Amino acid sequence: MAETKIARRKWRACLGVTVATLVATALSLVFSERPARAADQPGAECLACHGDKSMSTTRAGKTVSLYVDGKKFAASVHGSFGCTGCHADLEGKELPHETPAPVKCGTCHTTEQEQHARSLHGKAIARGDVLAPHCVNCHGNHDIVAVKDPRSAVAPMRVPFVCGQCHREGTTVSRNRPIPQDNILENYSESIHGEALLKKGLSVAPTCATCHTPHLILPHTDPASSINRRNIAATCTKCHSQIEVVHRKTIRGELWEKQANVLPACPDCHQPHKIRNVFYEQGMANADCMRCHADEKLRRARDGQSMYVSVGEVSHSRHNKIACSQCHSEVNASRVRSCETITHAVDCTACHDEIGKMYVASIHGQLHGKNDPNAPTCKECHGTHAILGKQDPQSSTFATNVPGLCARCHREGQKAAVRYTGLQHEIIGNYTESIHGTLLKNGLTVTATCTSCHTAHQILPRSDPASSVNANNVPDTCGRCHHGIEEQFENSIHAKRVSGFSKPLPVCNDCHTAHAIHRTDQDSFRLNVMTTCGRCHEQIAQTYFDTYHGKVSKLGYTKAAKCYDCHGAHDVLAVTDPRSHLSRANVAATCEKCHAGATRRFAGYLTHATHHDPKKYPFLFYTFWGMTALLLVTFVVGGAHTLLWLPRAFQMRRELRAAEAELAAKPETRAGKERPHA
Amino acid sequence: MPKGEVPERQFVRFSRLQRILHICMIVSFMCLALTGLTLKFSYTKWAAVLSHLLGGFENAGYIHRSAAVVMFGVFIAHLVDLYELKKREHSSWLSLILGPGSMMPNRRDLTELVGTLKWFVGLGERPAYGRWTYWEKFDYFAVFWGIAVIGSTGLTLWFPVFFTRFIPGSFLNVATIVHSDEALLATGFIFTVHFFNTHLRPEKFPMDITVFTGRMPLEELERDKPREYEALVASGQLEENMEEAYQPIVTRTIRAFAWAALSVGFFIVLWIIYAMLFAYR
Repeated sequence: MAETKIARRKWRACLGVTVATLVATALSLVFSERPARAADQPGAECLACHGDKSMSTTRAGKTVSLYVDGKKFAASVHGSFGCTGCHADLEGKELPHETPAPVKCGTCHTTEQEQHARSLHGKAIARGDVLAPHCVNCHGNHDIVAVKDPRSAVAPMRVPFVCGQCHREGTTVSRNRPIPQDNILENYSESIHGEALLKKGLSVAPTCATCHTPHLILPHTDPASSINRRNIAATCTKCHSQIEVVHRKTIRGELWEKQANVLPACPDCHQPHKIRNVFYEQGMANADCMRCHADEKLRRARDGQSMYVSVGEVSHSRHNKIACSQCHSEVNASRVRSCETITHAVDCTACHDEIGKMYVASIHGQLHGKNDPNAPTCKECHGTHAILGKQDPQSSTFATNVPGLCARCHREGQKAAVRYTGLQHEIIGNYTESIHGTLLKNGLTVTATCTSCHTAHQILPRSDPASSVNANNVPDTCGRCHHGIEEQFENSIHAKRVSGFSKPLPVCNDCHTAHAIHRTDQDSFRLNVMTTCGRCHEQIAQTYFDTYHGKVSKLGYTKAAKCYDCHGAHDVLAVTDPRSHLSRANVAATCEKCHAGATRRFAGYLTHATHHDPKKYPFLFYTFWGMTALLLVTFVVGGAHTLLWLPRAFQMRRELRAAEAELAAKPETRAGKERPHA
Repeated sequence: MPKGEVPERQFVRFSRLQRILHICMIVSFMCLALTGLTLKFSYTKWAAVLSHLLGGFENAGYIHRSAAVVMFGVFIAHLVDLYELKKREHSSWLSLILGPGSMMPNRRDLTELVGTLKWFVGLGERPAYGRWTYWEKFDYFAVFWGIAVIGSTGLTLWFPVFFTRFIPGSFLNVATIVHSDEALLATGFIFTVHFFNTHLRPEKFPMDITVFTGRMPLEELERDKPREYEALVASGQLEENMEEAYQPIVTRTIRAFAWAALSVGFFIVLWIIYAMLFAYR
């Protein structure tokens, strides 16, 4: 207990000493410095009068305070310059002095002054606009502190309010000056930028000056403006430096900066001052367009083309979330007819950049590049406002609609078909009858349509090495669906890699045709395949028809072995290859597919034998000629016998007729003979 | 046969079985020829059309093999008939073969052949032929030869898997050539030489239906086979070999059938000639 009291007393003593020391130090500082500062403080002389809070004057009938807070001035960035550092014209003047000339901040702040003079604020001053802001209106006068100082009038947190003094609803400026935006401060404060700055206190969030610049404020129509269409992307990317990465599908960064006129600019989607991290409803802008374009009678003066836009069509389209102005770029919201500034047609590549590149390289794009009137552009296939995704069954590019779409130009007699000089005819008709076409008709959407083979946007003529239907690329193209077959084919003798032939080798369409592709188990295919193979394998196809399989096939018998039944279809190999279906090891099994119990010896049947080749098949040759000799001898002997007989036979006939006539001359005899049979 | 001259009783030349066998043979032969030739001349348009008419190649194949079975049946039935004949009328096979009614060619056939050739060129009278002339005997043995050659190769081609257990596979190619060329010989010969010798000979034109009715007028026997006629008269066996002629309705039916067979034969001959001349390879 006693010990505790002693400890408390000691602590109190220590505290007392410390406080006393601090107070003494503080007092000594105050009293030692103050006289010194007061003595050489600049403007002390001025403050003798202006330090009086009641000092005022009357200008244009208004009472204006002439009080200067000496403390604040001393703490300001200009405090060390003294009053005459700015009010230079008062240097050495008798007191009380005249009304001083306006302070020229530009004397020191030349760059800012020069920018301000070029800005719309500066120009308004030059015009004599009394509402135009001078330096002082934003920065204040005697109490200017560093921008980094939170107390600064132009510190980020305060900028919106500084600007808002004029650019707020209901101010003289907002009411009397043509400013296209309204509710600027209000909108800003609700935007993601304003929220970050004002509510979350994020001092790096953009303020008015971040986008509009502090001094070089220009209207967005001015090409030098930071918010001009050409520059806005650069302005936004000062903070959103990687934004093109997340907008890759929409905008390619490079284009965005180089060809901003064909692209939607940032504010097209993210409306100025209202920027949110989600899309705003686009209703306002579209409603502006629809004021005119909802009229069904609206026609273009130039050519009378209907300019009517069906809201229903657009709202059900793939682009229903896209505003009119995002495609019809170059609109100018400050015009009454904001579309009057449009100079380019809709450029889909603004968003669909990759596809656009493919199209330009394609035959359609090449022709379009040559201004060929027949060349289809995006809208010929995809439509315009009613555009739908290819997954939508109503879309013109939905799988089942693709052949009909291409047929518009490629059907026999249509504009693409008449200028085509290749070998494919009745393309659409043949496709419709083909296995692919039949399956498509039955509603199988994954079957091949035109675009599956020709691609949708990279369509090129067969002769082009880059074409998907170029002979070198056909196996790959077909193999995208028929993968297993492609694998077999790439290991067959028909693959260049395997055979090493320099001559052109057959690819899928050489046997299966390009458009009229039939099922291979159909009679037409089975019966024609020999002719197909025979186009190259002339000799061997000919001799095939000299033996049983070929002969019965010729008579329309589909079950007899055709080329591929023995040689394999896609995995055809040289018979000398041990992997061939006809190699020594495999041939009996191959025959056995039809001839149950077939042996190696059975397989000795010559399926391509001819009796016209004495060197290759001597016994067939001599059998044939032996039999032919037998025939000739028999017919010659028999024929000669008959011919020699003829004169005598005629003689006998004449004699017989004569005897009959004699008999007929005796009617009673004849009647008597005939009666029993009557 | 001359019109209007229908004798009351006619000489019986062929037995009922022989006539049935001949009809069966005609039907079978026509089927074999038609279906076989479509295959042989598969490269002509005609063949494809005919094959289609026959119900497709597969059907044609069934017809061909069924007809072949009939042909084998005819062949076997004839052999059985010969055996019966030997049991009935002959003491031994030798007696059958060397007897007077035998089909076996002999020295007299050679003399008759020479005599016939002389007659053709006007150096002699028409030989007095017996029951079987030498050309009839040739036709008869041609069938034996044909059945052997075409039948054996045909069976090989019918059951190739079985036969290649004994012979090399390439023999099937040989068999094909032999089968089809021998068939061509048979068809060609029957539809030209046999047709002429038997039916189209001007004195018998348009046809001789004896092989269907089995009967021939006595005058015709006397004129055609004088040696047999005289032998029958001399032995007094003529009357027991006479039977009443068929009713006209029967002969008319027979004629219709014969006409059909003849026409098919001619058609085939024309086709063969066309194929040989214009499409052969």
